[in-house]
Amino acid sequence: MSAATASAIPAQKGPASIELETPSAIEAAALRSDRFRLEREDEWRRLEDILTRIEKGRVRSVSDEDVLALPALYRMAASSLAVARETSLDAATIGYLESLVQRAWFQVYGPREGFFRWFRNFLGGNLSKSVREIWLDICIAAAVMVAGTIVGWLLVARDREWFYTLVPAQFTDQRQPGASREVLLDSLKVEESAAGMSAFAAQLFTNNTGVCILAFALGFAFGVPSLMLLVHNMAVLGAMLWLYNSQGLTGEFSAWLAVHGTTEFFAILLSSAAGLHIGRKMAFPGRRSIMAAVAESGQRGAQVMVGVTIMLVFAALLEAFPRQLATSETRALLGGFMLIFWLTYFFAFGRGKEVKAA
Amino acid sequence: MTSAVAPHLAYKVKRQRRIVTPEGIALPITVGARGARAGALIIDYIILLVTTVAVTLGLIFIANGLGLDGTMRDMNGAEEFMIIVISVFWFLAWNGYFMAFELGPRGATPGKRAVGLRVASRDGGRLTPEAVIARNLLRDIELFLPLFLIFLAPTGEGGAAGWGALLWFLVFMLFPFFNRDAMRAGDLIAGTWVVEAPKAKLAEALSTSGAAAQGTSRITGAEYKFGEEELSVYGEYELQTLERVLRDDRQESIEAVAETICRKIGWNPGSGDERAFLEAFYSQLRARLEGDMRFGKRKADKYS
Repeated sequence: MSAATASAIPAQKGPASIELETPSAIEAAALRSDRFRLEREDEWRRLEDILTRIEKGRVRSVSDEDVLALPALYRMAASSLAVARETSLDAATIGYLESLVQRAWFQVYGPREGFFRWFRNFLGGNLSKSVREIWLDICIAAAVMVAGTIVGWLLVARDREWFYTLVPAQFTDQRQPGASREVLLDSLKVEESAAGMSAFAAQLFTNNTGVCILAFALGFAFGVPSLMLLVHNMAVLGAMLWLYNSQGLTGEFSAWLAVHGTTEFFAILLSSAAGLHIGRKMAFPGRRSIMAAVAESGQRGAQVMVGVTIMLVFAALLEAFPRQLATSETRALLGGFMLIFWLTYFFAFGRGKEVKAA
Repeated sequence: MTSAVAPHLAYKVKRQRRIVTPEGIALPITVGARGARAGALIIDYIILLVTTVAVTLGLIFIANGLGLDGTMRDMNGAEEFMIIVISVFWFLAWNGYFMAFELGPRGATPGKRAVGLRVASRDGGRLTPEAVIARNLLRDIELFLPLFLIFLAPTGEGGAAGWGALLWFLVFMLFPFFNRDAMRAGDLIAGTWVVEAPKAKLAEALSTSGAAAQGTSRITGAEYKFGEEELSVYGEYELQTLERVLRDDRQESIEAVAETICRKIGWNPGSGDERAFLEAFYSQLRARLEGDMRFGKRKADKYS
């Protein structure tokens, strides 16, 4: 049984223009779809070459001309893919094109902004904007913080045993109920030298950042664990406040705390609020899909968290130097100044730009 | 040649998704396998651990050379400086490693690169720095807290609360197993997913060489021509299986497939010239199916 009547010999027809300018390989191609492929192969290979160099991190070896050509080559490859899907059954070519277009898409829509530009925009308004966008969560977290402090105070005021339950052992050296005024005052004293302070600062910073990341990440669970963490931490503060107040040292203690505290508590407040924001958007996504709402709030939260990290650098420096070396008045002044600075930066800075944009 | 898709390909189909780029082009995306991601994570942590420990040891060695005794008492400037350098280095390394690499042009850490994965935005748009930061901030509660609690809870130190916390954090750890895109909690929050990094070489055009081009065999000189009826038994699926067989170029499967086709179309299977036969059959079948495509007729497989 040999060949039957109508043999399906590959099409010999095709646009005349192609046959005029084609090299021999294209003429040799038996299939119209393979000719299509051979004609465009060079463009694809050029795109592939540019992509490979970018992916290997050798962006500088890519000429300006090639960088400019990238989006156009990407679109050409994409349209080749669309045509090939409709006219060719060459699985290898379609597979190649799909991967090529995908790689190009990653580069054309990749994180190409550059860190420094991103960071400049971040400090120059994006951070403040993100903070303002989670104002409701900040209010909730602030309320919880105040409530936590009051609860801590009231618990210890009613029963001193609570102090030992609330306050971690590392803080209860001499600072415990019944301690004399002198002992407490001594714990707030001014150090003579700055030796070891910056190492202390570095460790404070890494520790505090860990706590803030935890507060943020826990917000994922509808914000409940973040708030619990807040209540617990603030109850410790409440207990300590009660302790110093019992010896009439509220002012000194507040000043001692305020130097770095206004920055640090603000940072903790913001990270809990950012976590809470995600949890809240998950529970109430509004009109969009949950996935979209959560992704958007997550990215907003991430911006706030970068801001929090920067704040914690300030907090650690303030905690290590001025808190230990400055007197009460200076401490209070510095703390107050930092609070005003952050409030201005977050809630007043860049407002006008937004209104103009809107 | 009618056997089902190879098992590894069948598994891949389950992970296949389609995204639409801002230009409106549908692109196939393969979600990264959980096993591969776990492997990537292990590679990354090994790299991170080895590097940070090595650098720290190096710094301590230098500190010893400076005559420092490593205690916090009577610290001098140099010693203090060392402590700052070490703690800042650890902080930056453990928090910045993933972010820095995922923000790069490959969107992948060395571990992900090694297993062929990368991070992408789930909506088909740009992968932003915020997204990369967000997905990495959750790493601690997804991995280290559960691991920590797995060791801690059974000791009974935390009591019932310890077990409760363990269960709670295991939810985060096992999160990728409860959604079909294998997203972890960080991916969900950032709007990202981990996909296979595409890599495909442009294969030779099959129809420009051998019997496909001339229709005759170089070995025997025989001319293979197939008729309408003979070509109508197969569809696109079989064509692409045949393409795979030709590209793999393994003698035994070529022989087996040639025999199957001969039987199917009622030819007497000869031997010694199977590849030329298959090349000719492939290009003529493809020409026919592609011709039909232009008229809007598609034949998915031999049953249609």
